[in-house]
Amino acid sequence: MIGRARFAFTMLGFGYAFLYLPLALVMFYSFNESRMVTVWGGFSTKWWSALFANEAMLRAAWLSLRIAAVSATLAAVIGLAAGYALARARNFPGRSLFGSLVIAPMVMPEVVMGISMLLLFVGSERLFGGPDRGFLTITLAHVTFSISFVAIIVQARLADFDRSLEEAAMDLGATPWVTFRTVTLPLIAPTVGSGWLLAFTLSLDDLILTQFVAGAQSQTLPMRVYSSVRLGVDPQINVLATVVVMVAACALVLSGWLTRRKA
Amino acid sequence: MRAVIALPFVWLGVFFLLPFALVLAIALGTNAPDSVPPVELGFSLKNFTLLFTDDLYLAAWLTSLRIAATSTIVTLLLGYPMAYAIARAAPERRPLLLMLVVLPFWTSFLIRVYAWMGLLDENGLLNQFLRWSGLAANPTTILGTDWAILLGIVYAYLPFMVLPLYATLEKLDTGLLEAAADLGARPIAAFLTITLPLSLPGVVAGCLLVFIPAVGEFVIPDLLGGTQTLMIGKVLWDEFFTNADWPIASAVAICLLVLLVGPIALFQRQQARSLERHR
Repeated sequence: MIGRARFAFTMLGFGYAFLYLPLALVMFYSFNESRMVTVWGGFSTKWWSALFANEAMLRAAWLSLRIAAVSATLAAVIGLAAGYALARARNFPGRSLFGSLVIAPMVMPEVVMGISMLLLFVGSERLFGGPDRGFLTITLAHVTFSISFVAIIVQARLADFDRSLEEAAMDLGATPWVTFRTVTLPLIAPTVGSGWLLAFTLSLDDLILTQFVAGAQSQTLPMRVYSSVRLGVDPQINVLATVVVMVAACALVLSGWLTRRKA
Repeated sequence: MRAVIALPFVWLGVFFLLPFALVLAIALGTNAPDSVPPVELGFSLKNFTLLFTDDLYLAAWLTSLRIAATSTIVTLLLGYPMAYAIARAAPERRPLLLMLVVLPFWTSFLIRVYAWMGLLDENGLLNQFLRWSGLAANPTTILGTDWAILLGIVYAYLPFMVLPLYATLEKLDTGLLEAAADLGARPIAAFLTITLPLSLPGVVAGCLLVFIPAVGEFVIPDLLGGTQTLMIGKVLWDEFFTNADWPIASAVAICLLVLLVGPIALFQRQQARSLERHR
């Protein structure tokens, strides 16, 4: 038992090194004087100034942040409904189809979702003359795959939820909607909050789906990053990576704090 | 309650299910480069027959399956001991250990793949290290090979393997292991007869969470792989964006979907069952 646990802990240490060493090196080389990302040429912050003066990159980041905020909010609402329905409505026509629809986007290869959503938008353009491809279509696409992630954590939270409080409220004459609003929702709000954060991150990070549905005018941050990395390593991307890792660490601490508050 | 069900149901029906019908319709059409969109609707199976007769596509299918399967196994071999160690750590340390696994998932996927470009390049840090340490005098380039793709997938999808494994291992009743030890079972026997079978749902869920997206992976083969390694997700992308051949790209999407419908259904059943047990 002890011997095996020691092996497991060694692997855990190795796993952490494997996960973090590449990121640490990327962050380290964001302070490199040299243009070559793999040759150390002394300490410099010039790539930091370059990134924050990079208009195209900043515009892309701003677009991505707006899309992420809107799509995360929509996904949190719809995902909450989906998770609630899965946890509480045991029998309704089409329940198994509903279950599949909620889970499938989570694992569906993104190229498949990308082409299918683009064809939907092209079809609706022909039939109804819209929507124009850009902010709206990207947001709709992001909502669609984020719903699953919110729904699954909401469903898991509701599965170990103490229902006696809800029952008490109902016994005292509260309607199901009032019970949900005053008892259930406040209790699962932290879960919905971390679901929102997850949806926000997923949206901010998505490349493939976005590339399919974006149209010619809009360029999100991942699209911008991708078109730059394709040509090889670029010190400005190292700077961006450093910023992203820091923000993600903060977001995760925040989300951990939100979930722990439920206890 | 009806509205609560209807909202996500209708949304996913319109934006997720309905589009697949369109993909199928386009896959049965023919390429029409001069019209906008570049498709002529029709009913022809020639896109599908092409997919099953052309060597390029066959090779891409096989490569995708081979690389996805290999990387799933490697991810499992690394992820299992990690999840096991976290589940056996002191309870108050588990959230932090788990958070360290999840953190990279919250950073950008693209950037995590990018991190390996600088490492695996011919003059990259890995080769510099190998030369400096004398482990290999003339190290070969890893970037642009199947190995780089494998490494990239393992790296990017490791959290998806560790999380479901941890969820099952954490619930494991350690009393069973003590009983086995009391009855004289060697640790390895106890592991094989108790821990492993009981964690099987986590193994299945983790493997599917890695395997399914890995088959259709695009970013990793595009940035880390070579031009000669064709994975099916990249083929779809190139057909669509480079060749603007929507029907053939749609046919690839349909085949990919058919190929993965089994694993996806399995994943969904597993997920539903674990929540039932939870209740």
